[in-house]
Amino acid sequence: MEGKAHVYKKDHINTDEIIPARYLNSDQESELAMHAMEDLDVDFIKKVKAGDFIVSGADFGCGSSREHAVWALRGAGIRAVIANSFARIFYRNCINNGFLAIECQDAVGKVKNDDLLKIDLTDGKIVNLTRQQTYQFQPLPGFAREIIEAGGLMEKIKKELK
Amino acid sequence: MGVTITEKILAVHSGRDIVKPGELINCEIDTVMCHDVTTTPAIDMLEKNDITKVFDPERVVIMPDHFIPNKDIKSAEMVARIRRWAQAQGITNFYDIGRHGVCHALLPEQGYVTPGKTIVCGDSHTCTHGALGAFSTGIGSTDLAATLATGKLWFKVPESMLFVISGQLPDGVYAKDIILKIIGLIGVDGALYRAMEFCGEVIDELSVEGRMTICNMAIEAGAKTGVINPDAKTLEYVSSRSAASFTVYRSDSDAVYSRTMEVDVSGLEPVVALPHLPGNVKFAREVNDIPVDQAYLGSCTNGRIEDLRVAAQILKNRTVAHGTRMIVVPATTEIWKQANREGLLDIFMSAGATVSTPTCGACLGGYMGILAAGERCISSTNRNFVGRMGSPQSEVYLASPATVAASAITGKITDPRQYL
Repeated sequence: MEGKAHVYKKDHINTDEIIPARYLNSDQESELAMHAMEDLDVDFIKKVKAGDFIVSGADFGCGSSREHAVWALRGAGIRAVIANSFARIFYRNCINNGFLAIECQDAVGKVKNDDLLKIDLTDGKIVNLTRQQTYQFQPLPGFAREIIEAGGLMEKIKKELK
Repeated sequence: MGVTITEKILAVHSGRDIVKPGELINCEIDTVMCHDVTTTPAIDMLEKNDITKVFDPERVVIMPDHFIPNKDIKSAEMVARIRRWAQAQGITNFYDIGRHGVCHALLPEQGYVTPGKTIVCGDSHTCTHGALGAFSTGIGSTDLAATLATGKLWFKVPESMLFVISGQLPDGVYAKDIILKIIGLIGVDGALYRAMEFCGEVIDELSVEGRMTICNMAIEAGAKTGVINPDAKTLEYVSSRSAASFTVYRSDSDAVYSRTMEVDVSGLEPVVALPHLPGNVKFAREVNDIPVDQAYLGSCTNGRIEDLRVAAQILKNRTVAHGTRMIVVPATTEIWKQANREGLLDIFMSAGATVSTPTCGACLGGYMGILAAGERCISSTNRNFVGRMGSPQSEVYLASPATVAASAITGKITDPRQYL
């Protein structure tokens, strides 16, 4: 998968910034997407294209448990978030939705805004096509891959209940 | 080698003798709590996957609170849907208007929290209930749907951090000041993925309500849960609310922690967390020239009767500063009624504050006290992120109920000790 990087270097980007609570009276992905990252960057939704990535600092997604944060980013076209680290509930929500949350400090340190990135999940590497660099990341843990491969936690559970 | 209360509860609920930090477990959940914002997506997921029955209607508790009473048509539709779904599922533990309240205040008050239980809810502040010696954590809507379907949920067993709170809490300094101080010390991801266990003479002395304030904000340090070993106070609180039998688990004296931190609070003063992170902690007196447009007293952190009593004591025979608005939101219907019986609501209204019905309301920028651009609020709530209580250009300062009340009187951030 290939896409452009939108770099927000700061740490602790929280779920209120990703999707403000004033929009939580809807859970429609398309509607949430219109307000993704609004309180951090009002132009985000104008800049982002389907398949793009967010690159950010530590503790991405801290705060509320609202899964709306994942849906808003996915609805906006974001394919993966690459960060130094993730807040716990946001990380779970990503796995459960089959949405990619990749911890890679090397990439966060080197990727610049608008760089073209390519992610290779099987080899656990991010290729920066703009700068001809490669960054390694730890592949997802086995249980997380199982959930993602099943198509999300609900799909996995549905199979188990049968 | 000993084990922690968290490890004991998780072991029992996953059918094992012992669990170790880092292990993945499939854990039996005793109580699933649902509120208005995160439940409708879970219902969608259940229906989409043809899962027609929840695992056990008796173990599901529904407490709409975020946009309650309905703030607009969309919120009304959400709750209407949850109401219809609950009825179809035979879920009778439904706390509708008239019995409503902020879920993390209401759940223990109504006797659903007992020591040793596992509790989940689609809300990050679910860590509150560890104050009664339960394992309790916040989850998203997919996890909620999965738990409603199966009564189980996967967890990675967290490492535990031990916070030994020692010394003597000075007058005018409260549980809120302690937890803000700790978050200031370790940072907003200082306990990421871990269980924060609190103990020590100061915790022993604290009321159950004060302990809830502390565990409530464990998430603001990134923790999976906050927990306190049950004692006589816990058992007294629980036995007056629940007839259910339960098992008390306590950490072994030689339990293993990833970090132990002693915090002596004898020299602590009232603190304020400055925008835009709960870890930006300063003494109130260091920032006492900052004017406030609004003072907000409420939430799952500090909207309990004890909080209202402290604030009322300060506001009695005093008035809210001209140009400052004070909004008091008792966290539950029972707290509202109790405050009314004790004359606290009258004190607030006479001081020029207003009192609302229980709701999460403005704490998360829902309604009932939203801030305009450029406005500042001193608040007894738990988060001061950008735009948390309204405009992205507004500011939230977190403090104890006493500091909120004192600041309302002067119209600027104020150390409450001068009013005690």
